[in-house]
Amino acid sequence: MGNIVATDISKEYFNRRYKKREKLDTGSIFGATIPVLEGVDFEIESGEMVCFLGPSGCGKSTLLRIIAGFEEQSSGILTIDDKPVTGASSSNIFVFQHSGLLPWMTVQENVELGLRNMKDLEKKEAEIMDYIEMVELEGFEHHYPYQLSGGMQRRAELARALAVNPEILIMDEPFSGLDFLTHMKMREEVVNMHEFLGKTILIVTHDIDDALSMGDRVIVFSSRPATIKLNQKLDFPHPRYIRQEDSELSVLRDELFLMLGVNYAV
Amino acid sequence: MNQVNTTIVSIFSFSILILLWEVVVRFSGWDSNVFPGPFAVMISMGELIGNGSLLKHTVASLFRVTAGFYLATFLGVPLGIFLGRNHIAALLFNPIVNFLRPISPLAWIPLAMLWFGIGDQPAVFLIFLSSFFPIVVATTVAVQSINPTYFYVASNFGFNRYEVISKIVVPAIIPSVITALRLTVTIAWIVVVAAEMIAVQSGLGYLILDSRNGLRMDYVMDGMIIIGIIGLFLDNIMRRLGRIESATWGIMGQ
Ligand SMILES: Nc1ncnc2c1ncn2[C@@H]1O[C@H](COP(=O)(O)OP(=O)(O)O)[C@@H](O)[C@H]1O
Ligand SMILES: [Mg+2]
Repeated sequence: MGNIVATDISKEYFNRRYKKREKLDTGSIFGATIPVLEGVDFEIESGEMVCFLGPSGCGKSTLLRIIAGFEEQSSGILTIDDKPVTGASSSNIFVFQHSGLLPWMTVQENVELGLRNMKDLEKKEAEIMDYIEMVELEGFEHHYPYQLSGGMQRRAELARALAVNPEILIMDEPFSGLDFLTHMKMREEVVNMHEFLGKTILIVTHDIDDALSMGDRVIVFSSRPATIKLNQKLDFPHPRYIRQEDSELSVLRDELFLMLGVNYAV
Repeated sequence: MNQVNTTIVSIFSFSILILLWEVVVRFSGWDSNVFPGPFAVMISMGELIGNGSLLKHTVASLFRVTAGFYLATFLGVPLGIFLGRNHIAALLFNPIVNFLRPISPLAWIPLAMLWFGIGDQPAVFLIFLSSFFPIVVATTVAVQSINPTYFYVASNFGFNRYEVISKIVVPAIIPSVITALRLTVTIAWIVVVAAEMIAVQSGLGYLILDSRNGLRMDYVMDGMIIIGIIGLFLDNIMRRLGRIESATWGIMGQ
């Protein structure tokens, strides 16, 4: 479960305040039409971890919102497990770029959101604690989000997402704003979690190394309007050493840098 | 600055004010019937407390403010939430609100007296008017500026309409609504004094008007002082309300 097929997906936004930003934008006195996604095709197998790369502002978040059912595509067909997406659902949980935790709820109350309809209160409590322990936040269950560090907030949101037991986990730049070590550690944790739970995971990132060290597949977008520039399966075991000279991954790494407009890979 | 320090500073600045008052009275040459000094005002304050009239008038004013303000809050906040969630209703209703809002509640006095007669009702109505529109507008704006991410979370986790209101909208707007209430209660307190100068036989506004008619400027100043003190007190209550942790989810703590 969690098989996603996008066929010729396009998305444009209409801006009432007239603002043509680029050549491809069309406009009249009533406003401007801004194409964001154009003819996006891909197929994601269930259980795959897919990393989306692309320049900032190209439409990655927009694509994720469409997959999550928060917004509708302007044209094209998007199906999850052969059924067209008609709206948001708790079988695809979104982990937001800037925290999506509800700031007026403690960690425990946030994690409870996905379990709130459980009748057996004792079992519910126990399950909430299980997920809080899974992300190593025991002792912080009564803290409010503002009392947690950035990394802890991401982990709390991850616990909340996992508690629903979704088919698909959609993560928008889950590592942005974390310090280097926390970033590396979270990367590892997400890879472990994926191997353990086997869910379909979509990750938007602007970090090429994230994509290469985590993804079963990497999809690269052009700048806005986003079209797919590369869709490549990465069939390598974990942990991956992506900078070993002349290895397949390091060659691909250099290509990705070029593709995203950087001439000298660092 | 810590609590003790701010208290000491306030006492100090009030002492300066009283001292200045005394100095002005001494050197202005005004008759004490026209501009009574601090000492005379204190003595007459004692009289008003002693014969119970101060308590009676204060309670009357506070009752009217409380009634009008509660009415405005319990009608205004739900209406504001409705307008904030319902784009079309907001488009229809906003021009009316924005038209009525700048009309001073005092301009309503003739109509209020005609409709409600003499007594508490017209005063409560005027206070209601003074608080209602600011509360509606502030609540609407607060709802409209809720981070859309929280509504995505709501739809992602399958919230029903009731849950969207109780788990997202209400907690999200509490900090800004409390701020709005704090500003509004001050306006209501200003309006009650004015309203009491016209329609009623009790209240601090009435005390001031009545004392003027009896040429007792010391009582007039007593009334003013009590109004100021209660205003401070109301503002303080609302500020404390705004600091409760569960009501602010840490905005204050940051
Ligand atoms: N609701 C919206 N209305 C109008 N334009 C939007 C909206 N959301 C996004 N956009 C525009 O779409 C483009 C892509 O945005 P986004 O998907 O957030 O990019 P990315 O996540 O790749 O950085 C941007 O130019 C942005 O300004
Ligand atoms: Mg984005």
